[in-house]
This record gives sequence, C-alpha cells and structure tokens, in this order.
Amino acid sequence: MKFKIALASATILAASMFSAASAADLTIGFSQIGSESGWRAAETTLTKQQAEKRGIDLKFADAQQKQENQIKALRSFIAQDVDAILIAPVVATGWDEVLQEAKDAEIPVILLDRTVDASKDLYLTAVTSDLVHEGNVAGKWLVDTVAGKPCNVVELQGTTGSSPAIDRKKGFEEALAGKDNLKIIRSQTGDFTRTKGKEVMESFLKAEDGGKNICALYAHNDDMAVGAIQAIKEAGLKPGTDILVVSIDAVPDIFQAMAAGEANATVELTPNMAGPALDALDAFLKDGKEPPKWIQTESKLYTQADDPAKVYEEKKGLGY
Amino acid sequence: MSPTLKAYAIRLFPQVAALAVILLMVSIAFPGFFRLEMQNGRLYGSMIDILNRGAPVALLAIGMTVVIATKGIDLSVGAVMAICGAVAAAAITSGHSLAMTLLITLGTGILCGLWNGILVAVLDIQPIIATLVLMVAGRGIAQLITEGAILTFNDAGLIFIGSGSLFGLPMPVVVWLAFGILVALLVRRTALGMLIEALGVNRRASMLSGVSTGVLLIAAYVLSGLCAALAGIIAAADIRGADANNAGLWLELDAILAVVVGGTSLLGGRFSIAASLIGALIIQSVNTGILLSGFPPEFNLIIKAAIIVLILVIQSPRAQSAFVFLSRAGASEKKTEQEAK
Repeated sequence: MKFKIALASATILAASMFSAASAADLTIGFSQIGSESGWRAAETTLTKQQAEKRGIDLKFADAQQKQENQIKALRSFIAQDVDAILIAPVVATGWDEVLQEAKDAEIPVILLDRTVDASKDLYLTAVTSDLVHEGNVAGKWLVDTVAGKPCNVVELQGTTGSSPAIDRKKGFEEALAGKDNLKIIRSQTGDFTRTKGKEVMESFLKAEDGGKNICALYAHNDDMAVGAIQAIKEAGLKPGTDILVVSIDAVPDIFQAMAAGEANATVELTPNMAGPALDALDAFLKDGKEPPKWIQTESKLYTQADDPAKVYEEKKGLGY
Repeated sequence: MSPTLKAYAIRLFPQVAALAVILLMVSIAFPGFFRLEMQNGRLYGSMIDILNRGAPVALLAIGMTVVIATKGIDLSVGAVMAICGAVAAAAITSGHSLAMTLLITLGTGILCGLWNGILVAVLDIQPIIATLVLMVAGRGIAQLITEGAILTFNDAGLIFIGSGSLFGLPMPVVVWLAFGILVALLVRRTALGMLIEALGVNRRASMLSGVSTGVLLIAAYVLSGLCAALAGIIAAADIRGADANNAGLWLELDAILAVVVGGTSLLGGRFSIAASLIGALIIQSVNTGILLSGFPPEFNLIIKAAIIVLILVIQSPRAQSAFVFLSRAGASEKKTEQEAK
C-alpha cells in the first residue's frame, strides 16, 4: 500500500513536472500596448485565439500606451510565476531591469511586433515583420506588373520620421532601383490616415495633369490608399485600372476595394505574431531548442486573384 | 463707400492681403494653381480644394471665434468632431434615416457644448481647463462608439454631405459658407455680437448692466459644439467612415490659429467671423500649397510655421506701429522735399 501511494505521488510529481514542458496547461502572461489601432485589436484577438487553440491559460494585460503599466504587468506576471511572457513593448528603451528580473526568475520573454534596446540574452526571441521587406514586396509586385512599360509612381508616406514610413519607403525604392521605366515622381506624407491620404492624393492629381501623368500609387498603409482611391474616383479616373494601387497592411477594407477592382495589391502585416511565438516557445520548453533571436513573420502579397471578397469575410471578425 | 463698408474693408485688409500673397506664392511654385474647370457638374481645381479641405477648420473657427470673444477657449472641438463623426456613422449603420442621423449627431454636438458651457459659466472653471476635460475624454468616448475600428458606411445621403456638390460647389463648402453667413448675420444684425464683446471685455460689468452672461456664455460653447458636430459629419462623410483615432486630431489648434490669424484677440472682446474664416483659408492655402509644391514632407511643418510666424509678426501691434511710423516718416520726408523745392 505504502509503495502504491509512493508510486502514485511520484507519478503526480512527474506528471506535474512534465506538464510544464508541454504547451497544454501553460500559463502565459501577455502585456499588450493598448488598442490604438485596428491592427492592434486584431493582434489581441488572434493572440487570444492562438492561446485558446493550444489550451494555454493566457493572462492578458492592456497597458493603455504606458510603459510603466507594462513594467507593472511584467512584475505581476513574474510574481504569479507564469511559464512565459509575451510582450509588445510600447517603447524601445528602459526594459533592462524588468527583463533581468524575468531572467532571474527563469521565465522566458518573447517580444511581439516590436524590438527593444536591451541585451539580446535578456529575452528568448523577437517575432516581428521586416518593414523594409514589406516595401520590397510591394515594389517587386509593381515592377512585375508594369513589365517594363514606363510608369510614373506617386507615393503616400506614413508619418514623417516613423520607422514604418522610413523602412517601407526604403524597401520600395530598393525594389525599383535600376528599373528606369519606373519613376517616383511625387512623395508626400499622408500621416497613415484616410483623410490625409485623400487630401494629398487630390493635390497629386491636380499637380500631375489631372492624374493622366500618374500610372501607379504606392501607399505605406491601406487606410491612406482607401482615402486616395476616393480622391481618384472623384477626379473622374478609375482606381485599379487608370491608376494602379498597391499598399501595405492588408486590413479588411482594402479587400473590399480589391473585390470592387479599385485596388490591386496589398502586402500583409500579419497580426498573428503569437502563432510563431508560441511555436518557438513550445519547441524551447519541450526540447530546450533555442530559437533564433529574430523570427520574421511572412509578408504575404495579396492581389485581386486571391479572392479578396473571401479574405474580407475572414478578416472582418478579427476586430480590425 | 459707406462708412460701415469702409470699416469692414480696413478690418479685413491684413487677412485678405496675407491670403492674396500666399496664393500668389503658391501659383509661382505651381503654375496651374488658378486653373478652374467644370467636371461632372462641379468646379474642379486647386482653389476649390482649398475651400473644400478647409471646411472643418473653417467651421470650427466660426464657433471658436465666438468662444474666444467671450475671453474663453474651446480645446475640445477636435475630440467633439471625433465623437460626432462616430455617432453619425453608428446611427446611419444601425438603420436610422439620414434626417434622424443628422438630428442625433447635431444633438450630440450641442450636448458636448452644454457640458463645456456649464463647466465654464455655472461652475466658473477656467475655460482652458474645463474644455481640456472633454478634449482628453472625447477621443476615448469616440473610440468606445466605434470600438476602436474605422466604422464605415455606404449611405448615399450621408456621403453626399462629404463629397457631393450643390450649385457647382462641393457640399462642405456650401455648408461652411452658409453656416458662417448665418452666424455672422445673427451676431451682427442683432445686439448679440455687442453683448458677447461686452461679456468678453468685462464679464462682471456686463452682468451688472443687465446682460445675462451665464446664458450667453453657455450659448457660445453650444455654438462651438454645434460647429464641431458639423465638421465631424463632414470629416466622416468625406472618407465614408468614422476614424475615432484621427478625426479632428489637433484641429482645435488650427481653429485657434485661424481665429488668431484673423486678428481676434485671445483676451476677448472684439471679434470678426469673416476674418477668422479668411484665417482658416490662409492655413489651408499653406497646407495645399506645400502639397502642390512637391517639397519633401520633412519640410511641411517648417514651411507652415515660418509663414505663420511671418503673418503674426506683420499683424503684431509693434509691427503695426512701426509701419505707421515708417509711412509717416516717408510722408514727412516727401513734405520736406516739396518744401525744399
């Protein structure tokens, strides 16, 4: 009898030890920046979905755009002794101390969507998209689509000085480098908003002979493209045919425009950062396999051939 | 010229001159600037863009002028725009008729104005603080209504207000012109304007002389809320969606700037709605001009600031007295020359 109890307790002990090593029954803390954009809301939704699918108990903390709230959330996760922490850091600096605390408590930390200025051994890995690559994919699509024909491109930049604006511009220009048929004739900021996208496009159309001089529009995000599409229509031109429209982000509304033939292509900034992050975590906890310090998410290109109406239906429930 | 007309001309001269100079500068940078053509039954051209894109700030400036004339300020107008845009989009998508949607939205604007007005007039809180409350909270309220996403709609009637046209002019232009004339007539063809100025110069004195200052103050903020509601409807209808994060963002500052460029003192008292509207057009001309000129976007804010500093310096009392001094000196020089001859 004694032997049996000892065996049972040993089994329970072993089971409890092993359970920490499989994805099921994990408790993971997720410190989200806030809900400043539709994309952010979709990221939260998808992270929760991913956790539920894997049977993970996700503790969610919304920092409302404040770093001190994120540090507080991380400390409370450490105090609760969670198995891992996911964090989308609101700023790049000031994380060393709290990350060290997590390291001392042997809790792996995974950065989502943004990186931090801290020693690389303080976190397990960072899952982000490559902004330069996104611009590059958009540029390549345009290069392939115009196929050597001369084409004047206008560019709607994001907020001046922001890293997506700088990198998406850089990637696009890299793709166009050496292609003499493609020329960026005007480039102006539309602040990532529909209103400014529309206003700036109106001025582009006026400045370039009523738009007859423009063959393609590249917008650093979909919202500006949606605004610009309206400006093109109001100027009596057909977006998608008279002026090609390519943008980045893949939010639901651009798929509606693509289904209507008014936008041509978009590059996805996937809100599913948690999927690759949890896969890496799973491998790390199970086999002790260290993931690379940077996991790049896929920058998928969607065109009118990808059944935009169906993608719209899939995306619209994600809280974009 | 009748004396009143002459007084108007003198009052509006600096603003009209500044606008003319800026338009001239833009037309040098972009030769096709003054070109106007009819397209799809509406006027089409950069000048029309300025009138059209300037609509939100022009509308906000109407209310802001009256509030500033009472020695107040309304920082909440940008946030109220966001709230009203969100309310309009939510109402139309939940199946209300256009008339009902407009009624609800304008009512929301009036309610926001009432809140500000009561804080200022009844609780005697300083206007900058009182309206700061709604400025901060308002965007949150708007986000609650849209649930953080851009709430899009496809109602043809509502969209018409943003991008339709009437008498060959874009609808937003018709709205702000009509509303501006209406308010200007209301304050200048009645004693209202004078009472507002009296209240702005000395609230206690005007109260003691029998002006119901409380009601008047509240009415000023309600007007500002109403203007913000109209601007919010136009901004949302323009992009066929309510963007709670960005609609009206920082526009309160542009509206205050329009009033200041229009020559109305932040210390309250004398005001001119026409001058503020020209001020709004000056700001929009600078914006549109920068876009047309093709400068890299890093220069946008610097150019805008430089032009505005220039306008404000020219309008400053010191500069004015310097002009007067110089012109007198010039006149007396001529005189001495003539005398010498």
